[in-house]
Amino acid sequence: MRARTRIRRKAVVLAAVASLGAGLLAGCADDGDDNGEGSSSSGGGGGKTKITLGLFGTAGFEESGLYKEYEKLHPDIDIQQTVVERNENYYPALLNHLTTNSGLQDIQMVEVGNIAEIVQTQSDKLLDLSKYGKEGDYLDWKWQQATTEGGQTIGVGTDVGPMAICYRTDLFKAAGLPTDREEVGKLWAGSWEKFVDVGNQYQGKAPKGTTFLDSPGGLLQAILSSEEDRFYDSSGEVIYKTNPAVKDAFDLTAQAAEDGLIGNQTQFQPAWDTTIANSKFAAMSCPPWMLGYIKGKSKPEAAGKWDIAQAPKSGNWGGSFLTVPKSGKNTEEAAKLAAWLTAPEQQAKLFGVQGSFPSTPAAYESSEVTSAKNDMTGDAPIGTIFAEAAENIPVQTIGPKDQIIQQGLTDNGVVLVTQGKSAKEAWDNAVKTIDNALDQ
Amino acid sequence: MTTGHDTAAASPAKEGGAAPGRPSGGGPVTEQEQRRRKRLSRRWQRDVRWSPYAFVSPFFLLFLAFGLFPLIYTGWASLHQVELTAPTDMDWVGLRNYTRIFDDDFFWNAAENTLWIGIISTVPQLMMAMGIAHILNYKLRASTFYRVVMLAPYATSIAAASLVFVLLFGRDYGMINWALGTVGIDSIDWQNDTWASKIAVSTIVIWRWTGYNALIYLAAMQAIPQDLYESAALDGASRWQQFFHVTLPSLRPTILFTVVVSTIGASQLFGEPLLFDANKGASGGPEHQFQTLGLYLYEQGWVNQHLGRASAIAWTMFLILIVIGIVNYVISRRLRASS
Repeated sequence: MRARTRIRRKAVVLAAVASLGAGLLAGCADDGDDNGEGSSSSGGGGGKTKITLGLFGTAGFEESGLYKEYEKLHPDIDIQQTVVERNENYYPALLNHLTTNSGLQDIQMVEVGNIAEIVQTQSDKLLDLSKYGKEGDYLDWKWQQATTEGGQTIGVGTDVGPMAICYRTDLFKAAGLPTDREEVGKLWAGSWEKFVDVGNQYQGKAPKGTTFLDSPGGLLQAILSSEEDRFYDSSGEVIYKTNPAVKDAFDLTAQAAEDGLIGNQTQFQPAWDTTIANSKFAAMSCPPWMLGYIKGKSKPEAAGKWDIAQAPKSGNWGGSFLTVPKSGKNTEEAAKLAAWLTAPEQQAKLFGVQGSFPSTPAAYESSEVTSAKNDMTGDAPIGTIFAEAAENIPVQTIGPKDQIIQQGLTDNGVVLVTQGKSAKEAWDNAVKTIDNALDQ
Repeated sequence: MTTGHDTAAASPAKEGGAAPGRPSGGGPVTEQEQRRRKRLSRRWQRDVRWSPYAFVSPFFLLFLAFGLFPLIYTGWASLHQVELTAPTDMDWVGLRNYTRIFDDDFFWNAAENTLWIGIISTVPQLMMAMGIAHILNYKLRASTFYRVVMLAPYATSIAAASLVFVLLFGRDYGMINWALGTVGIDSIDWQNDTWASKIAVSTIVIWRWTGYNALIYLAAMQAIPQDLYESAALDGASRWQQFFHVTLPSLRPTILFTVVVSTIGASQLFGEPLLFDANKGASGGPEHQFQTLGLYLYEQGWVNQHLGRASAIAWTMFLILIVIGIVNYVISRRLRASS
């Protein structure tokens, strides 16, 4: 008897310890996922030249089979990637690695919100890619964004984010609004005020529990990304506080929030994901990559209920660049790969699979783009809709701290209005946060 | 390191233990043998004198590389205007980074948050730990099991725990608000409300550290001689009276230790508020309502990339910690003197 209880006790303790250990391991695995995920499936590759890519988010090169294709074309190349999910976690590390010139992958992706800072402060550590990528292939403004004053192009563009408006046809119908994408586009063509007016119309007859838009951040982002000058003027001065375009965008968003047109969510949070799944809002600003996101977060029955209309004004939201750090072992091969991955044919393929919209106009004519469809939007010709939006994108002045300013205006600004603060309080809070962040 | 081995082989230790025995006299020894012994003895003396330093050196070398050098470098950087994008580009600004802390609302806001979160996490945490330890101190079935369970939260990673708590504390779809809703309480915006967010962050800290402190208290309780309780019981003291008049006074040094450790932990609070922020930023909520000093330091250094300002904040925090340490020391001396 005695012996048995002792054994049982031991077993219980062992089980407890084991479960603890498992918890620890699980914790480790969680941490590891961030940067260890998705290394190339080809593996091994003894004697081959290994090219590594550091990416964030859903670049989709591997998913669309581009690595395999390149490895087939160049049997001596072995491609491996590491992916960090969020750029907010990826970028500080990249900047660190660049400043110390160590720990870099052969190819590093850079988000458009950060490209100005990289161009201005790190260009001496990056290879000039103008010899590899063909300038004429890319949208002119995309090419210029990665080009230094001295004419050195340190990044080749991957995708761009021509912005349209995704809307729920079922909810629009229930609120007595038209559902045809041409008619919907006409409702608000030309100005964001009209867009908010449509929101008021919607809210008047809205199905219970739904709002016109998802989040204040989404609307502010959409308005600002259709402006030529936002936070910096062309001479590089910070003008976000005095630029009427920024204040107007902020006030319009705050007004819409006060009028209850906007759900009080922050984008890309779990709770926001749930509002997509539960169909809690009728419209959102929608670059091509957002379709993939909607698809990922929606319940199956939402398929086909979305449609896309042109935004009041075209803008660009998102898009990245591939850069090649000079410290790499195989910079030549890496540069060739970067140029190949972003060439029109590959970008077209990527759009077909991943919804990343090409930054190379030549790709817009390809069948992959013109015939592209998305499960969520039924038979909407998303390729031609976004191509039309892309042609109207203004050339935007971007600055080194765009991301911080945008984040401050959203996370420390308009979001407060949905929490019952006045627009003025929200603006003051945002300005104070941003100024403190910019002050060296 | 082979010396120890040689000598041990040459003259096996007579009295056992790790140190080789002295070469014993007695009996005729050849001159050669004497020289050998002398040589060995010299070697042994050198070994005894210097080996400990060799053994402890890894710590000091690591400390030099990862402790002292960063400390000095941070001090140097704090006197400059320097950005993370170009850490070698330093502009001397003297004490400006320190003086500006005095009118940096964000710093004082963070300091206040750190203090409040520290209080509302440490006080209940230690009291609960004491209660749990008291219960565990009774004769219980499967007491080892409970003790291991107590330590389980401490062993989970902060990241995993915080992410679960973020879900629990969700405003629209969180379990806690759902539970509050069933008893008719309106949902609370745990992430954006000034006080609710502080309480939520404290909850994570409490959850994680209560069991750890309970085990420390339990260990100390078990060291209290049983006869004290017996004589107290003979005098007619109830369980509560025993707890207050026997257990608590005996635990005083232990309580002091946990208070000091928790205070230091609370003033460096970082991971929980960072991961609790829904925006995954370091601003501690839209109005910085749960931004701690650690978080503000991180935001200045790694998000805003102001290495100089971040260094000044780090040093100011260091000085504050020293002050806290001195206060703790004074109080503990007072307490010791009075007991």
